[in-house]
Amino acid sequence: MRARLNGNGSCARRAGMAQLKVGSRLKSAVCATEVIVIAAPSGDVDVRCGGAPMLGAGEAPPAGASVAPDAASGTALGKRYVTASGELELLCTKPGQGSLGLGSTPLVLKEAKPLPSSD
Amino acid sequence: MNLMMLLEMAAEGFGDRVAIQNGAERLTYAQLFASAGAGAVDVTRAGAERLVVLDVNSLAIPVGLFSAAWAGVPFVPLNYRLTGAELERLLAGISAPYLVTDAARVDALATQAHAIRARDDFLARARTPNGRGGEWPMDPEAVAVLLFTSGTTGAPKAAVLRHRHLVSYILGSVEFGAAAPEDAALVSVPPYHIAGIAAILSSVYSGRRIIQLSSFSADAWLEAARAERVTHAFVVPTMLSRIVARAEEQGGAALPHLRAVSYGGGKMPLAVIEKAMRLFPKTDFTNAYGLTETSSTIAVLGPDDHRTAAASADPAVRRRLVSVGRALPSVEIEIRGEDGHALGAGQSGEIHVRGEQVSGEYLGLKSRVSADGWFPTRDAGSLDAEGYLFLEGRIDDVIVRGGENLSPGEIEDTLLAHPAVADCAVVGVPDEQWGEAVAAVIVVADGCTVDADEIRGWVKERLRSSRTPERVEFRAELPYGETGKLLRRKVREALLEGSS
Repeated sequence: MRARLNGNGSCARRAGMAQLKVGSRLKSAVCATEVIVIAAPSGDVDVRCGGAPMLGAGEAPPAGASVAPDAASGTALGKRYVTASGELELLCTKPGQGSLGLGSTPLVLKEAKPLPSSD
Repeated sequence: MNLMMLLEMAAEGFGDRVAIQNGAERLTYAQLFASAGAGAVDVTRAGAERLVVLDVNSLAIPVGLFSAAWAGVPFVPLNYRLTGAELERLLAGISAPYLVTDAARVDALATQAHAIRARDDFLARARTPNGRGGEWPMDPEAVAVLLFTSGTTGAPKAAVLRHRHLVSYILGSVEFGAAAPEDAALVSVPPYHIAGIAAILSSVYSGRRIIQLSSFSADAWLEAARAERVTHAFVVPTMLSRIVARAEEQGGAALPHLRAVSYGGGKMPLAVIEKAMRLFPKTDFTNAYGLTETSSTIAVLGPDDHRTAAASADPAVRRRLVSVGRALPSVEIEIRGEDGHALGAGQSGEIHVRGEQVSGEYLGLKSRVSADGWFPTRDAGSLDAEGYLFLEGRIDDVIVRGGENLSPGEIEDTLLAHPAVADCAVVGVPDEQWGEAVAAVIVVADGCTVDADEIRGWVKERLRSSRTPERVEFRAELPYGETGKLLRRKVREALLEGSS
């Protein structure tokens, strides 16, 4: 009953790099992690999970790939991950064992600002 | 982006929790997710272009909202009080509607819909697996919800809220899964109001159980709050006023589970909020200010703000109890003068807002959002030195008397401070000498008497003489919309009829 990735969620790819569109879905090549792009810089972006470039819609993961030991701190459902500049922001929609990075730089957890419930 | 991704995460994170409850009926998050998929299949097979729900608060509202998102068609909740020609006109303007309504209306409306389902039929279909729901579209620009607003003036228009607006609002204001398992939100605002849509989305993303009240009464609200151990609720000012009055009649409140009440949708009388805070001392109160065109809340006056203001001896701090608080972190608010330039603290002008959740768009009309993202709200107000926002009513309600701009709200606040005034409305009426003159319509408090001269004297003593009502009328009650908005147009019309 889970929805699968679809065409609109894909992104243009060149040699492991991708131009990201806000709202597009990416999945990890090496673990169960799936994310949605909340904010993205323009141009080619090398988004990785578990040390491996993330995949777009319908792309099959390479056989035998596994989570790199230095990118294995995991992702958590509903958490947002960002670069220091905030230019790239990803929302985790399915958790996994790999952690997210922009190239070799790890993304950090975006702190939630607690707000009083307004509705 | 799609609203469905919020529900998918909830179903993944806490699928066994109850998502929605209405009387004895309930759906868990996993069931709501599955129902949305089956509902989407039915909508798609029918070849419909809009999913329209004409109903009181029922399970068909959340199931319809997410079915529409999954099917990639706009969700259009309509006012269930609409009938006859008015309803016909609205339906005629909605392309290929898949209409869900109560069984009694199906025959009468069948010819006006592309497909029609009685509520129970729709929900039964949605509970029956009917093949794969397929993938939902992820285009952030797709329209998620069309909300008809009659406003307080003029014909209904459909506000356009795209998936990116609503998703941005939720991501910017709600922490995923933050609700405790016992948390329950009582939803009594009508489903065709932005607050009704926001309540569903916020509760789903935080994992809070929604208790729907089919339609509001103070007794039903208090009973549901007690029986279901409700922890959170959103009310409009007239609702809170009735709840407070009824709770007092019942000998004080016994709502030990009620942790948070938020209110908005109209001006809250100071006396009502002060009484509510005394009656429910353990409850956190939050004033939320927002518009349909901004996907709900853009500013909040939080619980600590309420308590600090209520306890302060400093008039500037105490006054914040009647403010709507400060902008959400994801939103910018600016006050601008008539020349379009930003004004400083304490200066009154038009409230402008910018942020990802701001739509500012009506169907078939040009967007009112500027190239750099600012939306003029048509609300008048001012910010104090610490960024607290004070509302002064709609710009269009400002009375222009002899070239001077007068805010009805300021005069009304002064009138309401008179012990014999239970309620009042101040509007401009045409005047040969001044262009517009100030007219006040007064509802006298039970057991009191007051005459027009005393009313004029009261205002003249406290405000400048230009603000003194030229015309004072007395009425048994004032016209209010269903969500507690004063219908100034009707007040003005009644005055004009009376004078001709």
